[in-house]
Amino acid sequence: MCLAIPARVVELLPGDEATIDLAGVRKRISLALVEGIAVDDYVIVHVGYALQRLDPAEAAKTLALFADARLLENPA
Amino acid sequence: MKYIAEYRDGTLARDIADRIAAEARPGRTYSLMEFCGGHTHAISRYGLKDLLPPAINMVHGPGCPVCVLPIGRIDNAIELAMQHGAIVCTYADTMRVPASGGLSLMKAKARGADIRMVYSAADALRIAQENPERQVVFFAIGFETTTPPTALVIKGAQAAGLKNFSVFCNHVLTPAAITHILESPEVRELGLVPLDGFIGPAHVSTIIGSQPYEYFAEEYAKPVVIAGFEPLDVMQAILMLVRQLNEGRAEVENEFTRAVTPEGNAKAKTLVADVFELRKTFEWRGLGEVPYSALKIKAAYADYDAEARFGIRYQSVPDNKACECGAILRGVKKPTDCKVFGTVCTPENPLGSCMVSSEGACAAHYTYGRFKDVPVKAA
Repeated sequence: MCLAIPARVVELLPGDEATIDLAGVRKRISLALVEGIAVDDYVIVHVGYALQRLDPAEAAKTLALFADARLLENPA
Repeated sequence: MKYIAEYRDGTLARDIADRIAAEARPGRTYSLMEFCGGHTHAISRYGLKDLLPPAINMVHGPGCPVCVLPIGRIDNAIELAMQHGAIVCTYADTMRVPASGGLSLMKAKARGADIRMVYSAADALRIAQENPERQVVFFAIGFETTTPPTALVIKGAQAAGLKNFSVFCNHVLTPAAITHILESPEVRELGLVPLDGFIGPAHVSTIIGSQPYEYFAEEYAKPVVIAGFEPLDVMQAILMLVRQLNEGRAEVENEFTRAVTPEGNAKAKTLVADVFELRKTFEWRGLGEVPYSALKIKAAYADYDAEARFGIRYQSVPDNKACECGAILRGVKKPTDCKVFGTVCTPENPLGSCMVSSEGACAAHYTYGRFKDVPVKAA
């Protein structure tokens, strides 16, 4: 029920809406719950509404955190 | 897909699992509750339990809005369609939840009730605009993720001056449910459910932020790690919880920083506070009456409140006696402890709500894990 998916904004539309792209599937969603969204931003989409903008820098940090486990396992 | 594929890497998952095994203290067990059905689903679907060392005991929580919706509320929704002749719009999740008298929204629809599945609350508003001669009710369920969209459509209906649209509000709150579990006798006195820490909600936290969980960390001395719904997110959160417990810390940590901030989504929170207020009490399936755990529509928006418009009276209905959903939702029992699991109760013909939603503990175990329990016989 609370599942939501990250999708890329491809076009901003009037009325606080946007077209998003999800692996080739395009859908019109509402941006009424978020602010300052630009084309090419990734947003978390839930029941037709963007809930948050994804932070690319934080996403990269989390991926680096996963990789730490490997470094600890096999220290150079 | 970006932001999904890289969080499902099997090799990395094994590395994190090895790390967890290396850091888990010999002789101790780590009982961790994943509150959300989304996490329960990820654990079952990606076989995370098989990757984890035996020291990690995952306890499924009640964070599946479909599972915790009591029968009486589904009965009310059916009543709105069948007795009041309204078009009832609902998320697909609730369609197959068993109601009283052998009914469900799906079966009521088969009997002629005008029940329509919608993807978004906005679709319900559109249906009201297209059918001015009919009453249209949006059957609103869900945690903090689905609540802001409901607030938006109520305000939208008011702005458009719609007279035929209302909302049957069943929105529930995550922190109240976590408190209830921590305060329950099974956890506090009886010790039937050992709980060392929590994996905190993913998408709920994008709205409410990480701050509301500070209370659990402080008051109950239980660590909370907010995690995304992808398998690597869950594995990393378990590692972070093990580290906190080893070091004797009980803090709120955030693994899902790519979408969750301490404050959450201020715009959405303001909107929700404008339209909704707390209910004194609300019945949850499995947990019973939980004080201040749900929202109702404020008096200023009473024109859009289906409970007021149609004089809806809630009546509590007991679960089927054979169904163990209640104990499973509290983490006291596992799906396989239920006699009807996989026999009478299956996803195709669910007896209890935990078998309905794919995020329910029973449906997740039935779909991805039920054959693991079957002993292999030599031919």
